Amino acid sequence: MQTTTDTPPVSVKAAASDHAALRHELRDLYEEIGDLLDDNRVEELPGYFTEDCTYKVISRENYDQGLPAATMFCDGVAMLRDRILAIRETQVYEPRSWRHFISGVRVLAIEGELIRARGNFLVTEAFSDADPTLFIVGRYEDVLVRRDGRLLFKQRLAVCDNHHVRRSLIMPI
Amino acid sequence: MGKTLQAEAGVGVWPKEGWTRIPFWIYTDPDLFQREMDTFFYGPSWNYVGLDCEIPEPGSFKRSWIGERQVVVVRDKDGSIVVHENRCAHRGARFCWNNKGKVDSFTCPYHQWNFALNGKLQGVPLKRGALGKGGMPSDFDATQHGLKSLRVHVEGGSIWATFDPNAPSFAEYCGTQMHEYVQRLFNGRPLKLLGYNRQFIPSNWKMYIENLKDPYHATLLHSFLITFGLWRADTQSESIPTEGGKHGIMISRNVGKKESAATSEIKRFKGKLELLDMDSVTPRQEFDDGKVVGLTLFPSVVLHQQANTLGMRQIIPKGLDGFELAWTYYGYADEDAEMTRLRLRHTNLYGPSGFVAMEDGEVLVESQQGAGGYGHRAAVIEMGGRDVEPQDHMVTEVLLRAFYKYYREAMGI
Repeated sequence: MQTTTDTPPVSVKAAASDHAALRHELRDLYEEIGDLLDDNRVEELPGYFTEDCTYKVISRENYDQGLPAATMFCDGVAMLRDRILAIRETQVYEPRSWRHFISGVRVLAIEGELIRARGNFLVTEAFSDADPTLFIVGRYEDVLVRRDGRLLFKQRLAVCDNHHVRRSLIMPI
Repeated sequence: MGKTLQAEAGVGVWPKEGWTRIPFWIYTDPDLFQREMDTFFYGPSWNYVGLDCEIPEPGSFKRSWIGERQVVVVRDKDGSIVVHENRCAHRGARFCWNNKGKVDSFTCPYHQWNFALNGKLQGVPLKRGALGKGGMPSDFDATQHGLKSLRVHVEGGSIWATFDPNAPSFAEYCGTQMHEYVQRLFNGRPLKLLGYNRQFIPSNWKMYIENLKDPYHATLLHSFLITFGLWRADTQSESIPTEGGKHGIMISRNVGKKESAATSEIKRFKGKLELLDMDSVTPRQEFDDGKVVGLTLFPSVVLHQQANTLGMRQIIPKGLDGFELAWTYYGYADEDAEMTRLRLRHTNLYGPSGFVAMEDGEVLVESQQGAGGYGHRAAVIEMGGRDVEPQDHMVTEVLLRAFYKYYREAMGI
């Protein structure tokens, strides 16, 4: 079962200065993805994932208890593509815009071809008749691999500090 | 002083048409809200508080809510389940600060009063004073100052509690029909916890009760369900108010993707839409009756079974114009890995990001926005006629009418 292969949290001591170039590359990648989400180009998101990826938005409550259920649960890139199709074709929601603020991107470990990385996100949400509010805060727990020179996500978990999702979570984080 | 415009227009008065109307002031009146908490959540009703698989061992606890009151659900030393208010018997401070955990006893951090798992007061620091001074009066009776405990009922692993010692039994509160459907899910098979979602919806809590008593909207709003045949107007279905409209049962069937005469009328049926991963909308048959069932067990919870996802949706009011919807997803401990895999995939239908539930969160907020300032007007609920009898279809608002019949009687309005 895919859910049992979620990478457990590892200690953060491995982040080292010899990963500086990789860290720089990751920071660019994370910001590029934040930008495409903020820019309403979510269709481009699956291109950053491997076919057998896991993508989840999951509460810290579930994550810390090792519970498999998630707020968004994509087991393979096909499910991520389907979710994006649903957002565009079937889902009814009040229009709004989001903005990602990404910080603290760091390499945790390199294990063979797997790169374990972490970064913080803060996402604001703005409705067309109201000011932005803080929507979701958390951290990415990522596993990446390099394919044809490009870094791809084998795992991206957006682990949210929020106790609640206010109203609804429409877009991937 | 003259009456305000709203008072003149009948705010506080139910429209003369009766249960085919819902006046908007019931979503915006703070006094009414408090009376609802007292009448329903703190009154003679059975409230859902958790699943026994969440507190597996003696000393295991979880925090839960009944209305706006926080409670602690605890597995006692003998394995039985007890529920206490999360407030110290001394000064009322919350003594339990974690959502879950395992303890030998509870100690209030304020003055370190210590309570056994069963709520009994077993320690008061400085009870005899210090240096011969102070301390509790010699006739202080610890047995009179335990935690306030609730009556508890466990039904096949689901845990229910009531503040009212004189409430009827759980079975009686449910009524025969609802009780049978609860037992259909909770039949004694050990449960397995899959996880939680928590959503804050800025609308009055009753709007969520209404949402699950309104199958009509589901056939129109929820394009994903309709398109992939998980909930459709043209399937064999039932809408059954029970116990005078207090509870509601909605029954449908998963029929798959197909076109019919009805789908041509439903704009949101997307015949051309194809998924890459059809597992997400292809349930494995689980119940012999072939039914998909949504139960509204008033006032605290909706029990859902849709595709292969099973969930408890606890309704936790947070003031007049907001509530937390706490989702708990579960399966059965003895099910195979494939069933669990499907359940987890199908949770994508429900929760704050669910292909179905996301849309409910959206429209409920808009409904609350539409209520504010319009206490003198009323919603009209006449789909499927004007009566309150069970119907064998879902193009109806009968469950809503029946509910407001019950609500008015219970509230005396």
